[in-house]
Amino acid sequence: MNLRTFIDQKGYGNNPRRLMEDLIHLVFLALGLVAVGSVLVITIYLVVSGLPAIFKIGPVEFLFGTRWASTASEPEFGILPFILTSIYGTAGAIIIGVPIGFFAAVFLAKMAPRRVREVMELCIGVLAGIPSVVYGLVGMTILVPGIRVVFNVPDGATLFAAIIVLAVMILPSVINVSLSAIQAVPREYEEASLALGATSTETYFKVTVPAAKSGIFTAIVLGIGRAIGEAMAIMMVAGNVANMPSLFKSVRFLTTAVASEMSYSSGLQREALFSIALVLFLFIMIINAILNVLKTGGNRK
Amino acid sequence: MKKIFMIMLVAVLSMAAVFASGAAEDSATVSTDGSTSMEQVILSLAEQYMADHQGVNITYNPTGSGTGITAALEGRCDIGLSSRALKDDEIASGLTQTIIALDGIAIIVNADNPVSDLSIDQIHDLFTGAITNWSEVGGNDAPVVAIGREAGSGTRDGFESITGTEDACTYSQELTSTGAVITAVSQNPGAIGYASLASNLESVKTVTVEGVAPSEATVQSGEYKIQRPFVFATLTNTPLSDAAQAFFDYCTSADADAIIAGAGAVPVAQ
Repeated sequence: MNLRTFIDQKGYGNNPRRLMEDLIHLVFLALGLVAVGSVLVITIYLVVSGLPAIFKIGPVEFLFGTRWASTASEPEFGILPFILTSIYGTAGAIIIGVPIGFFAAVFLAKMAPRRVREVMELCIGVLAGIPSVVYGLVGMTILVPGIRVVFNVPDGATLFAAIIVLAVMILPSVINVSLSAIQAVPREYEEASLALGATSTETYFKVTVPAAKSGIFTAIVLGIGRAIGEAMAIMMVAGNVANMPSLFKSVRFLTTAVASEMSYSSGLQREALFSIALVLFLFIMIINAILNVLKTGGNRK
Repeated sequence: MKKIFMIMLVAVLSMAAVFASGAAEDSATVSTDGSTSMEQVILSLAEQYMADHQGVNITYNPTGSGTGITAALEGRCDIGLSSRALKDDEIASGLTQTIIALDGIAIIVNADNPVSDLSIDQIHDLFTGAITNWSEVGGNDAPVVAIGREAGSGTRDGFESITGTEDACTYSQELTSTGAVITAVSQNPGAIGYASLASNLESVKTVTVEGVAPSEATVQSGEYKIQRPFVFATLTNTPLSDAAQAFFDYCTSADADAIIAGAGAVPVAQ
């Protein structure tokens, strides 16, 4: 097709505004493709640079090896300690952070007087905006020595310290998402319950919360996503030793394993760090998939 | 209209003047890449050199010894910076090392720790976990908390190879910077760590090793045992650019000694 017939077909000749419209659509499409392209580039790069080391080390030794000694004379690259630490650390943060965030959301949505709610929402907004390095700094100078004194352990830089920091870090997203889920429950549900003689607390926990269930699950999964991907803050409080996880031991997460050794790494060590990043990426993908299922499930209702 | 024309003319002329004066100087760039431990030394040398030689620009990319050596080998920088001696295979692959300075690695403990002298053997045992309580080396009844650097760090490599603790240390924390190690040691009464002598050690206590305190004189004479070289890695078969060679000569000359000492490292004895 030559240009002339193309222009005639589209009718641009006698309608320049249509040409303009189509051009703008093209520009917007290109801008949209930037995001898609970034994801593609990152995925392809991670797979290409992360897979070879997994096969060089051996998938079983890599994923289930319990010892990481990347610069030893006979290096070992087992990342089970990192995987388990990431899972335990995230689970701990959820166990502590979600109840706090959830009850705070119920309070904000249903019980708080207007002034209190405004102040609390402002604080939550600030908490969400604090950079993770600041969480790490405060954790390092206050939480770590505090844990050492309170629990009488030799060193406070432990999994426990990381869990506390992560629990605080996931609070804003847990609160905000649960809050909008609870607020989205139709008023009639609650009025019906109250009319039948239930107290307001009974109503909130037996009617409102079950109705907001899928939104609250979304909040939990978002919290998991935030916690598992965090690196900077926990690098400063967790001690970064590749131990098998235990509450009062120094541990290394998947994220910190990549970040802490990257600057001086070389050879297979560096390739293995990309492989760790690939494993972390898969974890995040799974969490995103769960999140999508939850969201569509919630909409269908 | 005339006014606008005049303004534009002045603007064009002044721009031409700027570019002309820039072109009149011979501008050259010398790129260095590598060890973060050498940051203070290389930046002080570069600052003095650039002040003395107008038009020369010296860049420093703080990546780490391993990356710096690779960068030098691949020709991505003029001079690779390494805070450890080059390995045999690195020399075999076509690199030459030139020691420009020495760095003592200080053994640091918490300021409240009464222990003030340790032998290399004791340091070995404290870091490997053979000694778990400070009372075994004449200190308080407190657990030993060994704090070190991450795998691949030049300081860690230097410390472990000198004390014979390669792959044997049981660390409580592996931190990614000298500053983080010093902070962690200053906060924990049972902590022991290591840090470059070039860093600010005011908040912690530096112990003597086999009776020798780390200092410029004791490192240079070799009396202080825990020390490592700061190395320039260059390609063996490819000559440096003129500008890079001039900077290299300056750094290895006696003129640079005062600058190196000012940056906390120890100049090589001439």
